[in-house]
Amino acid sequence: MKRLEAVRMEQCIGCHSCSLACARLVHKKLSWNTAGIRISSAGGLTTGFEAHICVACDPAPCAEVCPTEALKQRKGGGVIVTHDKCIKCGKCAEVCPVDAIYYETESDLPYLCIHCGRCVPFCPHNCIELRDIPAREEG
Amino acid sequence: MKMDPNFSRVLHVELTTGKSSVLMIEDRHMHIGGSGLAAVLYERYGVLDAPADDPRQPLIFAIGPLTGFYPLMSKVVCGFRSPYSGEWAESHAGGRLALSIRFAGYDALMITGKAKQLSALIIGSRSCEVEGVTYLRGKDVFATGKFLRRFGKKNSGHRSAIRIGQAGERGVAYACINVDSFRHFGRLGSGAAMGFKNLKGIVVSGDGAFDLPEGKAYADMMKDIYQDITETGKMKKYHDLGTPQNLIPLNELQALPWNNLQKTHDDRVDNISGETFAKQLLLRQVACAGCPVGCIHIGLLRQQFANEHEFLYKQVSYDYEPIFAQGSMLGITSAADVLALLDETEKLGLDCMSAGVALAWAAEATEKGIVSKEETIVDLKFGEMKGFLNGLKFIATGENAFYQALSRGSMAAAKLYGGEEFACVLGQEMAGYATGEVFFVASAYGFRHSHLDTGGYAFDQNNTEKNAGKAVEFMLEDERGRIYINSMMGCLFARGTYGPEKLKDALTAAGFGNIADNLEAAGKYIQKLRWQLKCKTGFDVDAVKIPKRFTEVVTWKGGIDTGYMDEVATLYATAIKEMAYGKE
Ligand code: SF4
Ligand code: SF4
Ligand code: SF4
Repeated sequence: MKRLEAVRMEQCIGCHSCSLACARLVHKKLSWNTAGIRISSAGGLTTGFEAHICVACDPAPCAEVCPTEALKQRKGGGVIVTHDKCIKCGKCAEVCPVDAIYYETESDLPYLCIHCGRCVPFCPHNCIELRDIPAREEG
Repeated sequence: MKMDPNFSRVLHVELTTGKSSVLMIEDRHMHIGGSGLAAVLYERYGVLDAPADDPRQPLIFAIGPLTGFYPLMSKVVCGFRSPYSGEWAESHAGGRLALSIRFAGYDALMITGKAKQLSALIIGSRSCEVEGVTYLRGKDVFATGKFLRRFGKKNSGHRSAIRIGQAGERGVAYACINVDSFRHFGRLGSGAAMGFKNLKGIVVSGDGAFDLPEGKAYADMMKDIYQDITETGKMKKYHDLGTPQNLIPLNELQALPWNNLQKTHDDRVDNISGETFAKQLLLRQVACAGCPVGCIHIGLLRQQFANEHEFLYKQVSYDYEPIFAQGSMLGITSAADVLALLDETEKLGLDCMSAGVALAWAAEATEKGIVSKEETIVDLKFGEMKGFLNGLKFIATGENAFYQALSRGSMAAAKLYGGEEFACVLGQEMAGYATGEVFFVASAYGFRHSHLDTGGYAFDQNNTEKNAGKAVEFMLEDERGRIYINSMMGCLFARGTYGPEKLKDALTAAGFGNIADNLEAAGKYIQKLRWQLKCKTGFDVDAVKIPKRFTEVVTWKGGIDTGYMDEVATLYATAIKEMAYGKE
């Protein structure tokens, strides 16, 4: 099992190439928000950047509150997302401890990282990586 | 949200009434976006025969069709009536604004009227509010940014905060608009244009989402362009030393203005070179949203504020032009001193180029005894940072009659005090390329009076023969090429990637086949429209003068050939008139 980790955010230049790539390739949108990784600056650009991204909880609180199994626990951490099953209650976004779920208001659907790693090659500064989830965390 | 390739979607905010409306501007295949869209909006909504401070004059921020679709399509054009020249003007900036406007669902924002009290405009895909911010009166650009970031907090990282400082509030003719702390709508006074509207800042949240274009073409094109930008090494120089890498080569060429252009070379250039900045002061690079290059260089300014070892630190962005304007032009040969001046300029919300060149004129005027400390209050001496630091403040506050004149431009001050012959003004305070005849003509007459309209400096550098016809042909052609890019709002650094054919393919893949098929006609239409507007708003081609200082310049080619310069000027003036008024 792998998970996406923002391992070198101090090198981030704030280009948003990662989020735009995720929105395009994974979620089929042209957007900043409907992406599994979202970059923000803590207080303007002088403070550097942080990544909002699913930290692959196990057990995953978002899956636990999801009434319809639209979000299902993924082995090793994180969740598997099925938009077709989503009844748009928005509970998952509320419960995520790290603000990793973007609840899009027009489609009324949650968007979050599925740990596929497709954003990784788009980061010009090598800030993000797809890493194996350490064994002790698994199971 | 959906995009309609036939229309530009414009949010029009009327500040006097506080009402907004969404306009659908048709014939997108003709106006494209960016520069073209701004011109069309001004043609329809602007008031040709009213001055820049008339509340009815629109202040326009426009992006291009490809913004958000491809990398480096990351710029915004600000269109406004210039408080400096009175004419229709454009200024371009990056930062996060372009993507914020795109994802808020617009191709442009247009602001007319004047708010009753100092206000901020807060915009998102589902919101549009005018907030009173009288508590921000007189606040500097950084403090204002901090306050503005309280709006739209949940979109942190996906929003842009643009604002003006004291200079803009007070209507200084070269006040700028600061974009996301490190970028600017710098030239020709956009900051004052915003100040006239009682508008202190604008926060735009890019919180909407669009469906992707159908089919595989877009995905393929995106991949292709991304690779070209990140894997071929063609953008490396912009990331590495950035534009300041030009200081040493231009100094070698005797084309770097020093001490108000009294000379074009100084052996001490090493102290303020791109290499020195990078080695000693570079903290990190940042990027405009949607651009993987990261050309924005942030320097570390460390200042002692008490006798004991007490220091504060600041982050100051630097580039070639700011280093020229507040470095070599002022005879400053310490990189840290340049950063100190740039930091102050940033806080006050002044255009760093105009402010630097204006102070350079004041320093020479002092040297020549035309003005004294009675006017300048402090010593303005080449090479001495402290006096200039105060000078900047006095320009922004309009401390006395002298600085009030200087805040209208060095030529305005020179007209009152004398010294017109050494005011380095080519339509506005000069850009940092003393490369020769073609550059001087290009900026004296050019649309934005800057080095960005046509590559006049490149023509000087690449051609030894003096052929006025060829020079003007080059300028017109190069201008048209830039108009395409500036209507897409692509970064000019990306010209190597987005050639005309690539642009067409990129447009088609993104669903703008109508624009792709009409690109040549649109380019000609926009070029003509821009010149028409500039001339109708007061630009008199026949009245353009190139000050004496520019004829005294000595470059690697030797002295300036005034005969050749006149010939280029005459031909270029004729060509401009032809574009604006048609053939006589
Ligand atoms: S989305 Fe949030 S709650 Fe769910 S697994 Fe990821 S981090 Fe945990
Ligand atoms: S790993 Fe996949 S889902 Fe997660 S942010 Fe990257 S591209 Fe998006
Ligand atoms: S792609 Fe890399 S550098 Fe760019 S915003 Fe994402 S993490 Fe930062």
